[in-house]
Amino acid sequence: MAKDARRKDDSGETPSGPGISVRNLRVNYGEREILHCISFDVPAGETLVILGGSGSGKSTLLRTLVGLEKPSAGEIWMRDKNFAAMSDAERDALRKKLGMSFQSGALFGGMTVGENVALPLHEHTPLDESTIEIMVRLKLDQVGLSGFEDYMPAQLSGGMKKRAAIARAMAMDPEMLFFDEPSAGLDPIIAAGIDELILKLKKAFRITIVVVTHELASAFLIADRMILIDKGNIVAAGTPEELRASEQPRVRQFLDRVPEPELTGEIDYLQMLTGEDPPPHK
Amino acid sequence: MALTYNIGEATIEGLAYVGSLARLTGGAARSIFIDPFRGRRFRLSRAVHQAMSVGVEAVPIVSLISFFVGTILALQGAYQLRKLGAMQLVAAAVAIVITRELGPLMTAIMVIGRSGSAFAAEIGTMKVNEEIDALETMALEPIHFLVAPKFLAMILMMPCLTTWADFMGVLGGGFFGVMSAGFTWGSYFRATMDALVLRDIVTGLIKSVMFGIVITAVGCREGFATGLGSEEVGRSTTSSVVKSIFLVIVVDLIFTAIFYFTAPS
Repeated sequence: MAKDARRKDDSGETPSGPGISVRNLRVNYGEREILHCISFDVPAGETLVILGGSGSGKSTLLRTLVGLEKPSAGEIWMRDKNFAAMSDAERDALRKKLGMSFQSGALFGGMTVGENVALPLHEHTPLDESTIEIMVRLKLDQVGLSGFEDYMPAQLSGGMKKRAAIARAMAMDPEMLFFDEPSAGLDPIIAAGIDELILKLKKAFRITIVVVTHELASAFLIADRMILIDKGNIVAAGTPEELRASEQPRVRQFLDRVPEPELTGEIDYLQMLTGEDPPPHK
Repeated sequence: MALTYNIGEATIEGLAYVGSLARLTGGAARSIFIDPFRGRRFRLSRAVHQAMSVGVEAVPIVSLISFFVGTILALQGAYQLRKLGAMQLVAAAVAIVITRELGPLMTAIMVIGRSGSAFAAEIGTMKVNEEIDALETMALEPIHFLVAPKFLAMILMMPCLTTWADFMGVLGGGFFGVMSAGFTWGSYFRATMDALVLRDIVTGLIKSVMFGIVITAVGCREGFATGLGSEEVGRSTTSSVVKSIFLVIVVDLIFTAIFYFTAPS
C-alpha cells in the first residue's frame, strides 16, 4: 500500500490528481471512538474494497468518506482538497462529483425509477427535459434496466433496486463511486451480476471505486486493493493476492471464516461483562 | 434540590426544542424567500403538490367538522341565551367564536392529524430508508428539498382552509338558527355580518398562519429525529401529533393575549 501512497502521514506533502487519500482519520460517536487513526490511499481509477465484520467500523468509514459523518480528526483528500475541512458550499460542489449506492438502494419511494435517476440532473444541471429523458434512458441502459423508467421502486426486485440506485449514483458522471454492501441480501446469481456491473463501470469510465462489503467472493473479484478493518483499526492492507497470502491471524480468521473463540476463563468472562482489563495476578 | 434540578433540566430541554424548530423554520424561510434571489432554484411544483395534499384534499373533512362545530356552538349558545330571551344573539355568538377561535383551532387540529403526522411519517421513513442520506450525498439539502415546500404550502393553505372553515361553521350555526331559533337564512347572515368586524377575521387568519408554521416545524423536526427501525416512525408520528397540539394551544394563547391587549377599546 505504501508504494502507491500519494501522501505520507503528517508529511505536509500536497496530494495530486484525483483519487482518495485518507490520513489519520478518527471518528467519534459521542465519547466513543469508532475509527482510530485510519490512513490509506485509493489511486485514481482503482477499486478499493473495505472488508470487515459487523460492527468493525467499515460502514462508518464509508459514511465519513462521503461526508455523512464528521471526523473528529484527520484528513480526507479528494481532488486535491481536504474534504474534512471544507465549507458547506465546497463540500456540495465536490459531492456532485461523487456517487453513492446505499445498501438499501435508498431510492425515493414516491418517485418512479426514471424520476429518481433524473433528480440530480434536474437539480444540478441546466439540461432541458428531453435531454434529461435521454440521459435517464442511457443510465438505466448502462445498468441493464432499459424500459423500467416508469416503474415505482416498490415494484422492483432487490437486485433491480440496487441497479437503479447505481444508475442514480452514475447520473452526474461521477469521478468516484462508493458502494455500501452492494451484494448484501441478494442471491448468488444476482450478486454476481452486480459484481459484473461494477467491473463493467470501472472499465468503461475509469472511475475510482470504494466498496464496503463482507462478501469475500465479491470482494476478491472486484478489488484492486483491499483493507481489512477490525475494531476501528486497519489490520491489513494490500492487493487481493497479498491478503490471500497473509499470515496475520485476524486476516486468516476472517478469510477462513473462523468463529470467535468462546470465553473459557473466569477472568475473560469477567472482562467481557465489565469491559475492563482483568486485575493483575498476584 | 432534585426538583429544582428537574425543572431546570426540563426548561433547558424545552428551550432547545423550540430552538430546533426555529432553526428549521429559519432554514426553510431562507430557501423560500432568499435563495431564489441568489440563483438557487426553488421548485414551486413541489409546493403545489404539498398544497394539494395539505389544503385541497382536506376540504371535505374540514367542511364537515366545521359545520358540526358551528351547529354545536349554536345549540350550546342557545341553551344560555334562551334563558335571557336573547336568541337573536346566537348568530353573533357563533360568528365571533368561530372566526376568532374555533375556526383556526379546529382547522389546525385537523391539519395536525392529516398533514403534521404525515410529514413526520414521510421524513421518518425516508430517514430509516437512508433516503435523507442519499439526498445529502447528491448535494441536495434536505431542508431546501423536503421542508421548504411543506412550509410554503402550509403558509398558503392554512388561511384558505380557515376561511372556508369559518364559512362552514357559520353555515352550521345558521342551520340551527333557521330550524329552531326563528331565523331565515337571510336574517341569520345579516346578523352574522352585523356582529363581525374585520379584526375578528384577520386575527383568526394570523393565528392560522402561525399554527401552520408550528405544525410543519414540529412534523418535520420529529421526522428528522426518527431513530433507526420502523417502530421509530410510529413513535415520531405520535410525538409530532402530541407536541403539535400542545404548541398550537400555547401559540393560540400567546396570540389571543396579544390581540386582547392590543385591541382598541
